[in-house]
Amino acid sequence: MADDNIPRRTFLVGAGAAGSAAVTGVTASPVVAAADSAPAPVATAQPDAWLTLNPTEAAFVMAVVDTLIPADELTPSGSACGVATFIDRQLAGAYGSGARLYRDGPFLKGKPEHGYQLALTPRDYFRAGIAATNDWVRKRHGKDFDRLGEAEREAALKEMEQGKAEFPGFSSKEFFEALLTITMEGFFSDPIYGGNRDMASWKMVGYPGLPASYRDDVKTYFNKKYDKPPQSIADFV
Amino acid sequence: MATRLKEVDAVMVGMGWTGAIMAREFTKVGLNVVGLERGQDHIPGNDFMLPNLRDELRYAARLELMQDNSLDTITFRNAPDEFGLPIRRFGAFLPGEGVGGSGNHWGGLHWRFLPTDFRIRSVLTERYGASAIPDDMTIADWPVSYDELEPHYDRFDKLCGVSGKAGNLRGQVIEGGNVFEGPRSDEYPNKPLKSSAGGLLMSDAAKRLGYHPFPIPVSNSSAPYTNPEGVTLGGCQYCGFCNRTACEANAKASSVTTLMPVLRADPRFELRTRAFVSRLVYDKAGRRVTGVVYTDLRNGEEYEQPAGIVVLSAYVFGNTQFLLLAGIGEPYDRATGKGVVGKNYAYQFEAGAVAFFEDRELNSYMGAPGQLVCIDDFNGENFDHGGLGFFGGGYFAGGSGGSAPIYGRATPHGTPRWGSEWKQATVKWYNHFVRFNTQGSVYANRDNYLDLDPTYRDALGRPLIRLTYNATDNDHKMSRYLLEKLEGIIRAMNPTSYEMHPRPKNFSIVPYQSTHNTGGTMMGSDPKSSVVNRYLQTWDAHNLFIQGASVFPQQHGYNPTGTVGALCYWSAQAIINKYLKSPGPLVQA
Repeated sequence: MADDNIPRRTFLVGAGAAGSAAVTGVTASPVVAAADSAPAPVATAQPDAWLTLNPTEAAFVMAVVDTLIPADELTPSGSACGVATFIDRQLAGAYGSGARLYRDGPFLKGKPEHGYQLALTPRDYFRAGIAATNDWVRKRHGKDFDRLGEAEREAALKEMEQGKAEFPGFSSKEFFEALLTITMEGFFSDPIYGGNRDMASWKMVGYPGLPASYRDDVKTYFNKKYDKPPQSIADFV
Repeated sequence: MATRLKEVDAVMVGMGWTGAIMAREFTKVGLNVVGLERGQDHIPGNDFMLPNLRDELRYAARLELMQDNSLDTITFRNAPDEFGLPIRRFGAFLPGEGVGGSGNHWGGLHWRFLPTDFRIRSVLTERYGASAIPDDMTIADWPVSYDELEPHYDRFDKLCGVSGKAGNLRGQVIEGGNVFEGPRSDEYPNKPLKSSAGGLLMSDAAKRLGYHPFPIPVSNSSAPYTNPEGVTLGGCQYCGFCNRTACEANAKASSVTTLMPVLRADPRFELRTRAFVSRLVYDKAGRRVTGVVYTDLRNGEEYEQPAGIVVLSAYVFGNTQFLLLAGIGEPYDRATGKGVVGKNYAYQFEAGAVAFFEDRELNSYMGAPGQLVCIDDFNGENFDHGGLGFFGGGYFAGGSGGSAPIYGRATPHGTPRWGSEWKQATVKWYNHFVRFNTQGSVYANRDNYLDLDPTYRDALGRPLIRLTYNATDNDHKMSRYLLEKLEGIIRAMNPTSYEMHPRPKNFSIVPYQSTHNTGGTMMGSDPKSSVVNRYLQTWDAHNLFIQGASVFPQQHGYNPTGTVGALCYWSAQAIINKYLKSPGPLVQA
């Protein structure tokens, strides 16, 4: 699927241009540059402006969600399902800013049983994780994660998942778990949050969504397949 | 300096289940009551509505109804020689916040403890000899019996409109109900929910093996129901969103659905939300509490609310923290075993399994926790522990339903967790699995306790509660035994495949397990071995009453809420019939 890399590469060229805007006088924002230069399918898949991810991070997140949720006969790719948009919005919002998180120090390293013990908000944790992953990938392949071919991306994520990828001063396994968790949240949550576009995952597994009032259905569909088309919160507004 | 407010007859610290029950009992006899709640108000017709209530991300993942860790949390360590670190985001357990408390988001499983549970140390001694109880197992008899609590269990059942099938009605054992339960004075107020297809598979297998399956009792009304307070509950919609979410049908009982409508209309009751109580005002010489101090989170002002009676109706951790901060009762010292406040913290030891059924359409997302089928053959002293090497037990529950897709998916062991192969397996199995849980006792241990953390503080500057807890060898053995028996039932169900999920050696605060924390302000027969007496009155301040599972001497093999409600009615009756007439200690030390 080398073709998949082309939009990402173009995307990063846009980011690079913006990064040197002061020198070259290029004023277009990276998002505009990316949108302008991206082929049509990607524009359809990702029409939303990014709220917090920078171009490098956005390219990374899109590449990750497309690897974790590849396009196949069951659903479009993770990014086409809006999962990258979901992640961007979550990290830009209250959750990403550390809402409901106890953030007083001292911040000490705990055991796995203690759970998350860092001072970073989820937004900053993802920023650090993306940078650490790209550093690691660049050392091995000379390019960022999103520029890898599909097989290489899968291999890299598997190494992180198994804790074999050694990032200096950062747990690759924990970061992988954070990526997988937020990706699945985006894929399976109600589409009102930007992911699960067209209820793709709900259609995939046969989850009917709302209104979920099954008082009679538990009798009618006892031991019988229930196959009504799904509805979102937005369908009841 | 806190602004001193006008004295009231009684103040509730926390407006969940017990705050509302106690407030209602007090206003009925003419007392003026203030209910303080640090969270927000929850009004079912406004806050708990369709379509937005069916939002797994908002409620199950982002935990909207839970305590805000940024304001207050606890610290945790596995052992006394470790350093406690703060729980920065709740995981293993999820205390609720706001009016209704954890009652808004519970699964509704509504149990009574066994008659033998209330005298567990005596029963074990009688059956196995005093030397059979390990030295570090600090279990204690309750200072109240099942028979004394029974009328109050019954009253709480009727408040909630519990759905179930009696297995012991006034001593007559009834097949189809829980034949192991203590005698009930009355049948459940509502018929059981319709069991799920997965639950019935378990039921058939359990019967073939000679066990005694029954539909799990649950505080979801199976049909519209008007409780003795005159409040009407709706019928359960089998939506599958009970856990971590509230109920738009008002079928799941909580204080918000069963009592608050009455209290809100009562001029003798005043609710103050966003009132974060920081401390009790303790008159040690007078052996009473004169009131509470709280910060109004809406304006930052501090107020002192004097009250004739103070009821601690917060969660387990908050109740214990208030006593330790005020110096009421002797703090537990693990090194000497002396002291009582913080002692006998216990949890609930759960382990489970999942079984896959290729050819059955189980519609995993439909249904309520109350569609579970249950067996109680291996709970408490329902079976002989001779030669087993452990004490305690639990019930087994199984069924299909309630599995929304972010958290509820299941694929057989060995399936990748992402990629196309994962997708195919998810599609194949999502509607074809049955989940099982063993809900086990935690018998108190010397090394499991609560104290004040020396390092970390909450938003009001108070030291956090520090939880020192790990599962004991006894609990692991008990759990392995339950899983072995459960595995026998699962095999008899003839699944395509199945897997057992034992607990890891160390307790971790990360994966969700149970919100059934107990102990810290245990009840007992004398001040040396307990914090409160049999009426939940503190030994050291006669007008201070503590409600909730913090008074449990240990945890038995059931969900605690049924017993929490019964104890609250029992305590309220003693206050009204005895204490109000003659304020002072209800039990002589």
